[in-house]
Amino acid sequence: MKYSYFPGCSLKGLGRAYEESLLPVMKHLGVELQELDDWNCCGATAYMAVDEAKACVLAARNLALAERSGNPQIMAPCAACYLVLNKTKHYFHDYPAMKATIDRALAAVGLTYAGDTPVRHPLDILLNDVGIEAIKQKVVRPLQGLKVASYYGCQIVRPYATFDDQNNPTSMDRLLEALGATVVRYPLKTKCCGGSLTGTVPEAGIRMVYILLNEARKRGADCLATVCPLCQFNLDAYHAQVRAEYGDVIVPTVYFTQLMGLAFGLPAKQLGLHRAAVPFRWRPAPPEAPQVAAVAAALGSI
Amino acid sequence: MVSPKQDIRIGFYVCHCGHNIASMVDCPAVAEYVGQLPGVVLSRDYKYMCSDPGQELIQKDIAEFDLNRVVVASCSPLLHEHTFRNAVAAGGLNPFLFHMVNIREHDSWVHTDRQEATAKAKGLARAAIVRVAHAKSLPVKKVPIHPDVLVVGGGIAGIHAALTLANAGKKVFLVEREPSIGGHMARFDKTFPTLDCAACILTPKMSEVGAHPNITLWSYSDVVKMDGYVGNYTVTVRRQPRYINEELCTGCQECIGNCIYKEPKFPDEFNEGLGKRKPVYISFPQATPQVVLIDPEVCLNFRHGVLTDKCKKTCVEACGDRKAIDFTQKVETREIKVGTIIVATGFKPFDVKRIPQYGYGSYPNVYTALEVERLVNASGPTSGDVILRDGRHPQAIAIIHCVGSRDKKTNRWCSRVCCMYSMKLAHLLKEHTGAEIYNFYIDIRAPGKGYEEFYDKLNEEGVHFIRGRVGEVTDWAMTPEEEGKLVIRVEDTLAGFVRRIPVDMVVLATGLEPQADSQDVRRLFNMSCGTEGFFLERHPKLAPVNTFTDGIFIAGCCQGPRDIPDTVAQAGAAAAEAMVLIDKGYIEQEPNTAYIQPDCSGCKSCIPLCPYTAIAFDATTQKAVINEALCKGCGTCVAACPSGSIGQNLFEDDEIFSEIDGLLTN
Repeated sequence: MKYSYFPGCSLKGLGRAYEESLLPVMKHLGVELQELDDWNCCGATAYMAVDEAKACVLAARNLALAERSGNPQIMAPCAACYLVLNKTKHYFHDYPAMKATIDRALAAVGLTYAGDTPVRHPLDILLNDVGIEAIKQKVVRPLQGLKVASYYGCQIVRPYATFDDQNNPTSMDRLLEALGATVVRYPLKTKCCGGSLTGTVPEAGIRMVYILLNEARKRGADCLATVCPLCQFNLDAYHAQVRAEYGDVIVPTVYFTQLMGLAFGLPAKQLGLHRAAVPFRWRPAPPEAPQVAAVAAALGSI
Repeated sequence: MVSPKQDIRIGFYVCHCGHNIASMVDCPAVAEYVGQLPGVVLSRDYKYMCSDPGQELIQKDIAEFDLNRVVVASCSPLLHEHTFRNAVAAGGLNPFLFHMVNIREHDSWVHTDRQEATAKAKGLARAAIVRVAHAKSLPVKKVPIHPDVLVVGGGIAGIHAALTLANAGKKVFLVEREPSIGGHMARFDKTFPTLDCAACILTPKMSEVGAHPNITLWSYSDVVKMDGYVGNYTVTVRRQPRYINEELCTGCQECIGNCIYKEPKFPDEFNEGLGKRKPVYISFPQATPQVVLIDPEVCLNFRHGVLTDKCKKTCVEACGDRKAIDFTQKVETREIKVGTIIVATGFKPFDVKRIPQYGYGSYPNVYTALEVERLVNASGPTSGDVILRDGRHPQAIAIIHCVGSRDKKTNRWCSRVCCMYSMKLAHLLKEHTGAEIYNFYIDIRAPGKGYEEFYDKLNEEGVHFIRGRVGEVTDWAMTPEEEGKLVIRVEDTLAGFVRRIPVDMVVLATGLEPQADSQDVRRLFNMSCGTEGFFLERHPKLAPVNTFTDGIFIAGCCQGPRDIPDTVAQAGAAAAEAMVLIDKGYIEQEPNTAYIQPDCSGCKSCIPLCPYTAIAFDATTQKAVINEALCKGCGTCVAACPSGSIGQNLFEDDEIFSEIDGLLTN
């Protein structure tokens, strides 16, 4: 199993905790990743809204590089990258004019794109290539007693439901249960986090953050698990504003890969957990198995 | 008999079909072109060839111009070949000296360039002209029709068709897959818009079926094989073991009371799993036949369906001298002969789990419409008391229309009955519970007698109608009033904003789908399906109960979603169509049979190839012989004969080759 790894800007910047946890977890599972050489901006959200053709050309360059690299399966952990790469692939096949634009632009830099590059999300790879059983076998510190609300966000199953149900995705639920965690029922799992709004129309964005956090709290979740750097930042960084408007609702938001790392017994310090604004401090109930105590100890040392 | 070498005098007619053909094909130009082809004595274009004057024109021309061949270029032979053959025969020619060219379905309707379409019409006409010169006079073969009828499916369609035929004195076999006839209608509470009790109007018909001397009712059975052809079908029916001797069971049900299971324990199919039944049971009080059955999957005398004989068999004791219980029953097959078949296999409700955002299965108080039919029914699991799965009585109820219908992601079609049955359920639920009822609809479709008035009545009753496709059903509460409720999130497209409406109960108005095994049934009876999987009628307007296989008719929802009045009308029509054939007594067969020519070498290659075992070997002549009565004209032997010694009427080599020549030469 070898994949081209497309980090995108987030995983090298604001979302570096995602990369810090994803890479060791994948390595631990024997998944080989080769960072795409000379990758560029995926063309995500803002650019897509301004000029679709240019955004698609940007994304297509990455797809073309992946095809040329010999590891054509491209893994895009950031939900926005994942969506834009997928969208470009669809547009390439569906709209002849877009294909012509992309072909012309790529030809100018000596690249070609055949349109076959499978764009994969880490969740897809973990569930369908690695498999739940293989993941279970790596669990040394089961997350027993940890209640998680698995939050998929808006982008990884919509509009292209390539590996999970569009309206009720369950892949992260199954993964977290395999780690020993308890997944609470969370009906808002695919609702928008308000990520694009907190900066532009803050009162609307903060309200959406509040709704997501409050529902997770009401469901008894110790944390939200996310697959998207923007969701993580948005749900993590605005607790003060939420408090000012609606009162205290404190729920930490972690990457699902961080929870995987903990369950695999990887050192907490190397999983980027220290970067979050709202610290994730989970302590299991006292009469738990010694293994779990070890996890708690690991967590305490963050 | 006219020999092909005789002077050929062809009359050619091209039909305008109003604008249908004339708008895309230059008919006078086609007529002019064909008029100069060799052998053509007369070439005309005419507005409607199928009209009486059109047919009379052919007859008159045959006499006046001494025609001995006729070609008509018009619509599909499926529609009017018969018409024109009759016209030709009335003019004194053998009907098989006629040939038809389809320049409507094959040309004008499917092309957009007038010049090319006209050229194509000329080509097709030319091919027919050179072909028809080789046509031979042939006799029409008459085959008697078996007067018995098979009706497949015992819902209201099958019941009505069977009774209509039986009351007309025809013998009917009614085969039903479930233990009782009655179908979906037997499970409905009331019927729209009159609010007749469904059972009250259906069960008298059911018992009439059970008691009718002309009806053989085989429930818990299905058709596994069909052979033969119109008028002479051989059908194999498989009868599942009920472990009860139907002749001996009196329907007293004492075995049920004395079953080793004191309490009913297993999900009751008839009540959509809302109630419980025992391993020995009868589907519902008015089940027909009034015969119990034993479910070997859960009966203690079986293990995983295999007889172990380990139960105390208190049921057998209770049955006593009647001795109706027979644990040794096996699957039985019966072979019957019928002349015509009516397929009335019904529909399947849409599987609501395909729309997870409506929460069926996740939230206990989300129900399908069929479940609610049982819930409000006096003989249902709660005796008509609307108690939710969590024990509460609902104070607010949402009914979501078009679940699985009118949606590109699931089924594109309108299921036709959901608006009306949703309103019926709204009325009944309001009557039973006094709750606030919210209907969420895309459009209200109430196009039937008294239907719009029923909608008005509901509005007057204070039932709420909110126009908008529901986004989701959730238990995500945003206000204290929403806590513990199911929240409907919907865009109210009339008010123009997104609403959240808390309710206690959600009813999903499931659409109608083809049965899961409709493709198998289609193959079994040699029918066609539309893209959506419902059985295809021969013509959507003019032959709505016929199929493309003669003698096979369809009725009810297996052809497409429809309500009870339409189903009954269609079932009556199917019965009448079957009677047309039966009372005529014979069918005329196409003389398209194969025949052996004198140069047959007797190699026998054709014999095993014939799918109808119509070919035998004659030891005295050392040649193959074809039984004309069995030959279906499939042409397999004709193509396979190594010495080219098998010919086929209507499809002679010289006819086909000359047609190809005509098509390819300019």
